[in-house]
Amino acid sequence: MRLALAAAILAAGTAVVGSAVAQTPNGKLVVVTSFSKDVTDPFKKAFEKAYPGLTVEMQNRNTNAAVKYLDETKGNNTTDLFWASAPDAFEALKGRGRLEKYKPQATGIPEKIGDYPVNDPDGHYLGFAASGYGIMWNTRYVAAHKLPEPKDWSDLAKPAYFDHVAIAAPSRSGTTHLTLEAILQGEGWARGWRTLKEIGGNLREVTERSFGVPDGVNSGQFGYGIVIDFFGFSAQGAGFPVKFVYPTVTTIVPANIAIVKDAPNTPAAKAFVEFLLSPQGQEILFAPSIRRLPVNPEVYAKAPEGMPNPFKFKWSGGGGFKFNSDLSESRGAVVDALYDQLVTFQLAALKKATKAIHDAEARLAAGPNEQAGALIAEARELIAAMPITDTQAVASDIAAAFKGGSGRDKAPRQAEFEQAWGKFAADNYAKALAKAEEAAKLLK
Amino acid sequence: MTAFSTAYSSGAASASSRVRPGQTAALLLIAAFLVLFLVAPVAAVVVAAFRDKATGAFTLINFLDFLRTDLLVRSFWNSVSVSAMSVVLASVFALPLAYYTTRFEFRGAAIVQTLGVIPLIMPPFAGAVAMQLLFGRNGTVNLLLGEWFGINIPFMEGLNGVIFVQSVHYFPFILINLSASLRNIDRAMEEAAQNLGSSGLRLFRRIVFPLAMPGFVAGASLVFIKVFDDLATPLLLNVKDMLAPQAYLRITSIGISDPMGYVISVVLIAFSLVAMWLSTFAMRGKDYATTQRGGGGLAKRRMRRRDAVVAYAVIALVLLLVLAPHAGLALMSFATIWSYSPLPDAYTLKHYVAVFSDSGRYIWNTLLYASLAAGIDIAVGTAIAYLVLRTRVKAARWLDYTAMAALAVPGVVLGIGYLRTYYGVTLPNGQALATFWFVIVLALAVRRLPYALRACTAALQQVSQSLEEAAENLGATKMRTIRRVVLPLMTGGLVAGFVTSFATAAVELSATIMLVQSNADAPLAYGLYVFMQSPAGRGAGAALGVIAVLIVGVCTYLSHHIAERDRAAKSETGARRQ
Repeated sequence: MRLALAAAILAAGTAVVGSAVAQTPNGKLVVVTSFSKDVTDPFKKAFEKAYPGLTVEMQNRNTNAAVKYLDETKGNNTTDLFWASAPDAFEALKGRGRLEKYKPQATGIPEKIGDYPVNDPDGHYLGFAASGYGIMWNTRYVAAHKLPEPKDWSDLAKPAYFDHVAIAAPSRSGTTHLTLEAILQGEGWARGWRTLKEIGGNLREVTERSFGVPDGVNSGQFGYGIVIDFFGFSAQGAGFPVKFVYPTVTTIVPANIAIVKDAPNTPAAKAFVEFLLSPQGQEILFAPSIRRLPVNPEVYAKAPEGMPNPFKFKWSGGGGFKFNSDLSESRGAVVDALYDQLVTFQLAALKKATKAIHDAEARLAAGPNEQAGALIAEARELIAAMPITDTQAVASDIAAAFKGGSGRDKAPRQAEFEQAWGKFAADNYAKALAKAEEAAKLLK
Repeated sequence: MTAFSTAYSSGAASASSRVRPGQTAALLLIAAFLVLFLVAPVAAVVVAAFRDKATGAFTLINFLDFLRTDLLVRSFWNSVSVSAMSVVLASVFALPLAYYTTRFEFRGAAIVQTLGVIPLIMPPFAGAVAMQLLFGRNGTVNLLLGEWFGINIPFMEGLNGVIFVQSVHYFPFILINLSASLRNIDRAMEEAAQNLGSSGLRLFRRIVFPLAMPGFVAGASLVFIKVFDDLATPLLLNVKDMLAPQAYLRITSIGISDPMGYVISVVLIAFSLVAMWLSTFAMRGKDYATTQRGGGGLAKRRMRRRDAVVAYAVIALVLLLVLAPHAGLALMSFATIWSYSPLPDAYTLKHYVAVFSDSGRYIWNTLLYASLAAGIDIAVGTAIAYLVLRTRVKAARWLDYTAMAALAVPGVVLGIGYLRTYYGVTLPNGQALATFWFVIVLALAVRRLPYALRACTAALQQVSQSLEEAAENLGATKMRTIRRVVLPLMTGGLVAGFVTSFATAAVELSATIMLVQSNADAPLAYGLYVFMQSPAGRGAGAALGVIAVLIVGVCTYLSHHIAERDRAAKSETGARRQ
């Protein structure tokens, strides 16, 4: 008891002293981050050099684990900063009141890149680097298989790409989720899903983590990967034989940093944020192991060869759509579950049907046949068909089931929707396969 | 088998007639350990399976949803069949290695035994990439096969790929436990059979193998349950329609409020327990103890020249196959760029330089955590085995089941459970208990306890109770009997348990990653994870992986060396007495 009292007095004392010397940050700064050591180390070194009294402790966790960690430790928080890519992770933490508001002093950073606001409009998290989505490929693989170089998403749906493409499951990768949304919003719900499932039929793998895709392209396990740009650039920086391209429909999204609520060392946290947004910090993003796009347009004067400047790039080409991040956020769980049920967990059936359609179409091209052509068209429709519309995706019953039920007795549960969608896909793919095979017989 | 049962089972039935206070104390102590560090944290998380998502009320509807979901039912049956097939294939790898190195005068037995444990140590991520670079569709083997013969063998594809990789990865469980059992079989059994005209395969099939059943069942049940509950390999091969990956994918992506992930976890735990119960059920009512005459009965047979050649060839073939991933890992750690080619473009030492500054701390932490955890495991494992097999303490069986359930608890569930249960508990210095490094040790100990427990149980099953009775008749106390008679006779099994727990704890990541608070407290596996998230970090990650494998390899060799020396000393004194 006496000990506790003494500790309390001591703690109060240090708190007073702490606020008195708050001007020069010192002590320990704890950063929970999803970034790899190659990304965090250069910043840690430069920052510690700029503030000799400070040591930075980087805790590397994947985004999901980091969010869970911050949630579970809120009772006795020891983390100062959360530093990661996916805006939805920040959005989730912000929604649970885990992030502190902060208005940075740094200047020269525009409000928007493309259609995406750089900072959280409420000021809970701040963008420090921009990332676009695109396609990377292994040049040796592509040369060995005599495959083409893609320019757009729709290229990946062509028969030549069958069994050569990889994507991370959107439910597992915040960045892939945004890629999906960019396609769905750019092409519209029905056409967007058609594209996604046509690409889905050509997939080699749906990986369970974002880095699994560039890792596999780097090794040559698969030819093409749908990735965030810096995976392509930093693989080039490391010497791997890969290339990267931005398709016409894409979006650019900031990677973020936020000060955690009840941070033990707020002055140091603020200093790190300012450092990150300063020209000096922004230039570190060009390091070969990082290769991310700075949000300060001025530093692009020092960009290395091959790094694009997003401020000179026409991001939302094609339909010229506006990326709606609220829509992306509100239907996020439903879109991800749909993708898992329609593509990820039905991959074998989807691929089989797709292959049969490709084969039948090849024969059709050699000798036209009206009946067979109709059958193939039907098969394609069956694959593209969706169990729900975009209005239903945000309708109250599904949203409620995914958020935790409406509380009503007979309200459908998430598991029931998922089972229905999975069955819908399995049945349709089986029918599509039958029709494509029937068409192929007619074309013998 | 029945012949031995009747001949040697006189002692087994008459376990001590009353429960001693010391036994009750041990029982309560272990129960407290399990409740605090396994049951409570897991329950804190898994309770979501029994809750209505909306109201929080108790419900079983989520389990009904499980049965109604085609994907999950399909996943369940896939998991069952893959586990069963993995046991079969793993036995094929393990049997020759175990038999030849234990029952015969075999040069290099300790090295073969050590190499046989290495596959168990597959460093996270780095091991997966190495496997793909060797056996993947565009890996070394298939690129060469394609060039020479125009064929491509799908080693790493679909459920068959999972069976292949799992057998390569987990066959050491059978090897270690079976070897421990084989070593304990009295040579007199073989001699008797040989005198009666039995030899070769028949001798093995009818005499040796049945007597080694406790070790085989211990190993096989571990392989079965481990494959059933493992998610690393299916995820590596991108097979998602199995149960463990489904649980993991749901828990880590949909979130903490979704009940289905926990429902799957509960199914995993329940099914693992059933499998465990079936394996003990199969062993019930049979006795495997052989009364050794001192240590002299452990003398080994000599092989004929022709047999020796065959034996070495078989062993070389198996080792070549199961160690290939580690060769790939080593290549990767020296490679500049290795991409879509049979071998790396060029070689370098720079990755080892890159990890050099950090690796000292990582190595020390790994050794400290893994050896403490394995130490706890064999202490608790021996105690549970003793309570179950040698006392009338009925509740002891429940300790056994509870401890085994740890095998089925996904690491991430345990990690979250620890944070949830112990984050509010503060140490005297104000640090949260969940952030104290020793909690990582406890998590590792709980996760690896099943391995040690099975090894300890098998070891004790082979110690004839008549030896203990003899000691007690001569006036030794219970404790003294255990210390001077039981434990020394169990040494081989204890080493086996220590090695499996230690080796697998050294590369554990899934619970660790939730609990590591700072780089200063991080083990090798975590450091490796941190490197393997970027293209430039691949070589460095592989270098750390090689270091991890070397450490575990050296430690394993030392344990075997010590055990062998110990045994040699025993059989010498035994021989002198005769």
